[in-house]
Amino acid sequence: MKSVISVFRSLPSLEKTVEKCLISLNTNSSRLVIQLFCKYGVTKTHNLSYQDCESLQALYNTDTCPNVLRAPARLLSDAVVHFPLTLSEVTLMASPGKVILKNYVEDEVDPNKAMLTELSLSREEFLEYQLQKLDPITFCLREFRGLLGFAESSGLPISIHFDCAGCPAVFSVDDTVLEAHFVLATLSDTDLASQSQNYGAALPNNNDDDFLGDDLDYMIAMETTLAGASSPPHSPVFNNRPLPGPTLEEQAVSSGDEDEEEREVPGTPPNKKFRSLFFGSILQSSGQAAQEVLAEDSDG
Amino acid sequence: MRFRCKIVDVSCLNHFTRVVNTITKLTKSCTLRLTPANLYFILTDKVANGGVSMWCELCQANFFDEYQMEGVSVEQNEIYLEMVPENISRALKTAQNAKFVKIKLTNKHCPCLTMAVELPSLSSTSRIVTHDIPVTVIPRRLWNDFKEPTVPDFDVSIYLPAIKTMKSVVERMKNLSNFIVIEANRNGEIILKIETDLVSVSTHFKDLGNPHLISIDASQNSIQERDPDFMSEARVDIRKLLQFLAGQQVNPNKSICNIVHKRMVHFILLHDDVSLQYFIPALA
Repeated sequence: MKSVISVFRSLPSLEKTVEKCLISLNTNSSRLVIQLFCKYGVTKTHNLSYQDCESLQALYNTDTCPNVLRAPARLLSDAVVHFPLTLSEVTLMASPGKVILKNYVEDEVDPNKAMLTELSLSREEFLEYQLQKLDPITFCLREFRGLLGFAESSGLPISIHFDCAGCPAVFSVDDTVLEAHFVLATLSDTDLASQSQNYGAALPNNNDDDFLGDDLDYMIAMETTLAGASSPPHSPVFNNRPLPGPTLEEQAVSSGDEDEEEREVPGTPPNKKFRSLFFGSILQSSGQAAQEVLAEDSDG
Repeated sequence: MRFRCKIVDVSCLNHFTRVVNTITKLTKSCTLRLTPANLYFILTDKVANGGVSMWCELCQANFFDEYQMEGVSVEQNEIYLEMVPENISRALKTAQNAKFVKIKLTNKHCPCLTMAVELPSLSSTSRIVTHDIPVTVIPRRLWNDFKEPTVPDFDVSIYLPAIKTMKSVVERMKNLSNFIVIEANRNGEIILKIETDLVSVSTHFKDLGNPHLISIDASQNSIQERDPDFMSEARVDIRKLLQFLAGQQVNPNKSICNIVHKRMVHFILLHDDVSLQYFIPALA
């Protein structure tokens, strides 16, 4: 991935000099060949080695997901800034009136030391709001941040399709030239069940709160949210299964390259870089598809 | 015990954030003492933190639009909480354009300072972020541990040069030595000095001025007889000094350094409604 980024580094200068770009796969020498045809007849050829990898095929179907939320990427990225960078998972709880995001506290952490952050977004802020099941889901924040960065840079709204805890949540971005689906694993149901049990135990304490006057309704909201959701987690299952860099999968539209590049997202490239790569891929995908067709025609 | 307060004004919020950030830079965990008039962030001199202690006092009326508290009892109308200032700092960081910030003591899964931040949104209802910051309530029998530190009779009291300048000097010195000697006299001079086998570096500041002391009685014997040019000195851990110089964000109106010869350095930063005292013990 890094070497691919290095080819497309410094977009502005590429845009000035490169007239077309050809990406091909040389199976004889096992190389991914990227050729940049620049001005003045200069051709830059990059031969990149690649490895076979097992592609994780996530099984999902967005049409059957009972819950669909759609919101500008900006809204969601504004929401996640409130969570610490080190936080690994976040829980999303949707209710008819609002969506609540809260940090998921891991098992090892003493719940009496961890700071809990909770954020509510009202229904009006979403572009689409369809809910049938009200199960909370917990997914990786890091990857979520990454895909938000991508969606924000393309200025497109994000659709979230999700079902119950443990079922994949699909975050998708659509456009005429681009369609990306990011599938994140969610924490499975058994874990949440043990959590809500804990909640039962924790709840009575809440009654000690003294809430004066105007805060009352806000407190009630908080208590109801507590009843449903996470905090002191017991997730042996989840922990044993080292998050397989939540299965990211996508169906790229206009060209095959995209497919390859996006699949790598769960890896480590820093956001900025991979964002710029994505830009690269978008730009090419429209241009290059046309190029290839031309070539085939002339051959035939 | 009850406690709740609310900040609406943006400049108050900024100011409060800066104070908390300063505290965060100085210590991982500290005691928050709440009284009807003031808030205190306290760090007592434990061996674990190198004998450094801190006392930061804020006048609540200058920060909060609402402030209500009820202490343990009518006579002892105070609350002492042990907490991690970084948590507040983190919560405030994303609250800079908030409509208001409410802080209150709650009892959830454990005692918490709950911060509710209302943020503007595109729709009619605003976004509310709540942070539950776990705290430990300190029982009354331990309150005596958190008395305001008594300032020993110091030999010199002097205004500090610009903290930024001092910081850049000390930062460079830190690369050369682990200890720094702070010397000052009653003639407005401060010398920052490091000495190693290979190199000695000293930086001299002049014409700083010495504040007129209030506690003349107590200090008469020690100070009065002394020559104004006599340099009192203290050798301290350079990291502790740098931490103080680099971490402060309160932009004090006045900053004073007091030295008890070979025993400790005491810094006071004064801003209208905030005072921060920081004690660094001298090393042999």
